[in-house]
Amino acid sequence: MSNWIPLWLHKLGSPPTFYRFAGTLQPWAMTLALLLGAIALYGGLVLAPADYQQGDAYRIIFIHVPSAEMSMFIYAVMGVAAFIALVWRIKLAEVVAMESAPIGAAFTFITLVTGSLWGKPMWGTWWTWDARLTSELVLLFLYLGVIGLYHAFEDRRQGARAAAFLAIIGIINVPIVHFSVNWWNTLHQGSTINIFGQSKMSTDMLWPLLTMMLATKFYYAASLFRRVRTDLLALEGGKDWVRRIAEDEAKS
Amino acid sequence: MSSLQTFLAMGGYAAYVWPAYALFFIVLIADTVAPRLRRRRVLRELSARLARQQARQDRAGGNSISTSPTP
Repeated sequence: MSNWIPLWLHKLGSPPTFYRFAGTLQPWAMTLALLLGAIALYGGLVLAPADYQQGDAYRIIFIHVPSAEMSMFIYAVMGVAAFIALVWRIKLAEVVAMESAPIGAAFTFITLVTGSLWGKPMWGTWWTWDARLTSELVLLFLYLGVIGLYHAFEDRRQGARAAAFLAIIGIINVPIVHFSVNWWNTLHQGSTINIFGQSKMSTDMLWPLLTMMLATKFYYAASLFRRVRTDLLALEGGKDWVRRIAEDEAKS
Repeated sequence: MSSLQTFLAMGGYAAYVWPAYALFFIVLIADTVAPRLRRRRVLRELSARLARQQARQDRAGGNSISTSPTP
C-alpha cells in the first residue's frame, strides 16, 4: 500500500471506524438536508416571483436542476470510488460506489420525470430525443446497469468489481450530459435562454435554487451513510465488532 | 380567490408543478425507508445467526469448534 495515503484516511477506511463515523454524521446531514430543503421550498414556491414568460411552471426548476446536478455529481463520486475500489481493493470504496448507484438512479429518475412534466406545458411535448434528454436517459441506464451487474454475482465483492468496471467506463457519459447543450443544438438549451432572456437568473430565484442544491448534497451524504453502514454490517457479519453491535441491538 | 387557492393553482400550471414536487418527495422517501428496512433485516439475521452459534456451543459443551464444524 502506498505511503501517500494519510494515516487518518487509512483509519477512516476501516469498516468499524467508518461505521461509527458515519453513524455520528448521518443525523446531522439529514437534519441539514431537511432544514435547507424546507427553506429552499419556501423561497422557491412562495417568495420567488412568477417568471415573466413561463408563469409558475418554471418553479419545477427548484427540484429539476438540483436533481440533475446530483445525478451527475453522484455518478462522479461513484466513478472515483469505483476506481479506488479496483486499484487498491479497498472494501469501503466498493461499498460507497455500489450504494451510491441507487441514490444516483433515484435522482436521475426524478430529473427525467420532472423534466417531462416541465416540458409538456413549455415545449408542448413530454419527451424528445435530443442530446440532453437522451444522454440523461443513458445515465439512468448506466446506473441501472451498475446495480444489476452488482446483484448478478453470487459473491458480493466479485459483483462489486464487475460493476465498478462498468461505472468507470460509463463516466464518459457525465461530460456528455453536462456539455450536450453546448455541443448540440438542443431544445433544452433554447428553452433555458428563453426563460431568463439575455440576463442572468434574478437573485430571488437563484438563492432557493442554490439552497436546494446544497440540501440535496446533504441528503445524499445522509442516505449514503445509512446505506453504507448497513452494507458494512452485512459484509463483515462474522467479525467481532459487528457481533457486538448485533448483540446491543438485540438487547434494546 | 383566497391566497391559498392562488398558491395551489400555480398560475394554471398546478397539474404539472405539484406532481413534479410529489414525485420528488415520494422517490426520496422511498430511498430513505428502503435502507432502514434492510438494516433491520440484516440485524435480525445477524442476531439469529449468533443465537444459533450460541446454542451449538452450549450443546457441544463449550468445545464446539473442534467437535462440530457442520454449519
